[in-house]
Amino acid sequence: MEFFKTPNIDFLSKRRFFFTISGFFFLFSIILIFTKGPSYGIDFKGGTLLHIHTNNDVSPSDLRGALGEIGLAKSEIQDLSLKEHIIKYSEDIEPDSILKFLTKKLNTKIEIERTERVGPRIGHELRLKAIYAVLIGMLLMLIYIAIRFNLPFGIAAILAIFHDVIITLGVFILLSRDITVPVIAAFLTIVGYSINDSIVVSDRIRENLKKRQGRFIDIANRSINETLSRTIVTSGTTLLVLIVLLLLGGPLLFDFAFALTIGVIVGTYSSIFIVGALVTEYEERKKKRGVRKR
Amino acid sequence: MILGVLVFSIIALFPTLRYYSLSPEELSKKPKEEVRRMLKRALALGLDLKGGMYLVLKVKPVEKENVKEARNRVLEIIRNRIDQWGVFEPVIQPAGDDRIIVQLPGVMDRERARELIGKTAVLNFHLVEDIDNTKKILDKIDDALMKSLKESAESPLKRLLFLYRGDIVFEEVYLDSIKNMLKREEIKKITPKDKIFLFGKSFEANGKKLRSIFLVNREPDVKGRYIQNAIHSVYQGGDPALQNTPVVNLSFDRRGAIDFARVTGENVGKRLAIVLDSIVQSAPRIIQKIPTGNAQITGIESMEEARDLAIILKAGALPAPVEIEEERSIGPLLGKDSIKRGIQSAVLGGILVMIFMVIYYMFAGTVANLALILNLIIVMALLSAFHGTLTLPGIAGLVLTIGMSVDANVLIFERIREELRAGKSLRAAVEAGFSRAIITILDANLTTIIAAFVLIWFGTGPIRGFGLVLALGIAASFFTAVFVSRTIFDYFLLVKKVKKLLI
Repeated sequence: MEFFKTPNIDFLSKRRFFFTISGFFFLFSIILIFTKGPSYGIDFKGGTLLHIHTNNDVSPSDLRGALGEIGLAKSEIQDLSLKEHIIKYSEDIEPDSILKFLTKKLNTKIEIERTERVGPRIGHELRLKAIYAVLIGMLLMLIYIAIRFNLPFGIAAILAIFHDVIITLGVFILLSRDITVPVIAAFLTIVGYSINDSIVVSDRIRENLKKRQGRFIDIANRSINETLSRTIVTSGTTLLVLIVLLLLGGPLLFDFAFALTIGVIVGTYSSIFIVGALVTEYEERKKKRGVRKR
Repeated sequence: MILGVLVFSIIALFPTLRYYSLSPEELSKKPKEEVRRMLKRALALGLDLKGGMYLVLKVKPVEKENVKEARNRVLEIIRNRIDQWGVFEPVIQPAGDDRIIVQLPGVMDRERARELIGKTAVLNFHLVEDIDNTKKILDKIDDALMKSLKESAESPLKRLLFLYRGDIVFEEVYLDSIKNMLKREEIKKITPKDKIFLFGKSFEANGKKLRSIFLVNREPDVKGRYIQNAIHSVYQGGDPALQNTPVVNLSFDRRGAIDFARVTGENVGKRLAIVLDSIVQSAPRIIQKIPTGNAQITGIESMEEARDLAIILKAGALPAPVEIEEERSIGPLLGKDSIKRGIQSAVLGGILVMIFMVIYYMFAGTVANLALILNLIIVMALLSAFHGTLTLPGIAGLVLTIGMSVDANVLIFERIREELRAGKSLRAAVEAGFSRAIITILDANLTTIIAAFVLIWFGTGPIRGFGLVLALGIAASFFTAVFVSRTIFDYFLLVKKVKKLLI
């Protein structure tokens, strides 16, 4: 079976259109980052998380009411079911005392499934470290591509990564999902994955440039078409397992799998529509400038 | 070579498979020591999967003390207490200059753990009862025990004890039963009111874990808070037999010097136990009266031991408060649930990907599926061989590997299809497909490996597990695609001389 026998889709002549689309999403995400801002999980801002399992059903409103009585009205409550709740708060209160209070108030046995307490200072340090990690990851990619290919390809690929990570972050902010350590790990994986796709396309462009005569834009377009089937198949199998992980992985892996899913979709899009287009744009402008000079 | 890798993988995985295939009942029947040995060789599960506590402590030295020194002292104090508690395979390690990471598998008693870590260390000196008197009291205890536990064999306590280098010792596995015997009401009456049994640190001899037991004065004879300093060094005094052996030089303040002079003067020849949080760290013999408050401890086996002892002695003088900066605990049920969900995701994801590959590439897809299965086996084997730890993100990495690692095969197959379309013969197309795709596979997958290494650098425990699995998965996929798939293709083309293959 094959999806595309010998595809010949003209991606590159419509590149301005895709630049506009990407530019729009990119700008929109940037605006979100600076207005709404990412909501950090307690890994990065400090605070306490309590994941509890109650013996009897507890409605979310009862739980919120009970927490309000001990000054935790502002805490964030996530209900996984009537018996499983996640409470997040930033006040400096011992989880054990809350547990004792809730046990009495809600009249149910409560078991702790998971607790996390992070001091504000270490949260701040982790946040810096996470930003460094993503930047260092991108820098290493740039160096690698610049050595293996040339600078225009490298810059195009890095712009694509930037595009992928920022838009994924934008989706996270839009849906008010927390940025946690696993989500940052997902971002780093997106960095590696996105460039992987870009390299396969770039590799083919380089190979075809050596073999064939003709305009850069035609060769680039042909290369994207030749690798299209592979790009779709690999992204497809990766998305397949990610969707399985989203559905079956449970609450602890959801955000991680979600970030990867968005990242893979955006990354696949950018490696088909953006990377080749950016290099083409560069080559075309260089040519025009060359013509004018003559 | 492929066979070699397969054999290696199976050998590396064997202890893991054996351990996890045993049911809890079967495990409980086996002796503790054997279970521990098996567990040590099996693939370890991260705290997030087996449950337990993870703590990051920040040391806050008082006055103008070197941070690192304070951290080392706190590290020793905490290690001492956790050993006493009997947590299985705890991890207590320094992180940076002023932080300590503590991992306590299986511990869910948060209050107890916090108390253990947060309380101030107590270091004191207690005089040790001489060995003959101790033996007499042990005999009396055994008589009383035999009376109250009628069915029990002869000398229930003393048969567990033996002499080792002048100390009364026993195998650590009996620690709980000995503690229980000494806790009995009738036994407490026999032990002199002003004495108490204390245990020494755990140590290894002849492949066995041993602990010593001492009968010491209940009240401290010299208080540790009078210690001014403790420095490890090498002997440079007059005794030729001790030349260049490790020593610890200990100095007391004026008050301590007076007490120390009295105690050493009255008890020459007796042993003085150095006790930290109820654990005897060392029990040097008093050779002479020390009137100046400057003592020297000799007869220490290694420089390492001298260093540790000096660190511990300073605990008497300098408290170093710690602050818990990060605390995570995961219950065992949630961990089990995570493993179950992880395995379900991996199985379902694997089946879906394999079905897709067979439909899309037919014969070649089957080859890719074989490579995929081998790939997963290799990743698990390498993880076992490197004594890696499987974490929840690690399982996620494994699931992700299933989706991503078919990439290498996909690149090859797409290339073969192209070459076939260009009119090449099957054999030539396979040949060209493999050789041309290899460069692309290397180029593309190396970047993911670079990202994985950044993850290993950036992350703590769980994330590191993810990075490791990702890197291993990609590396293994290169091997399986380039060598294993190739071999299978060659077998059908060259040996079986197949003229047509469905790709």
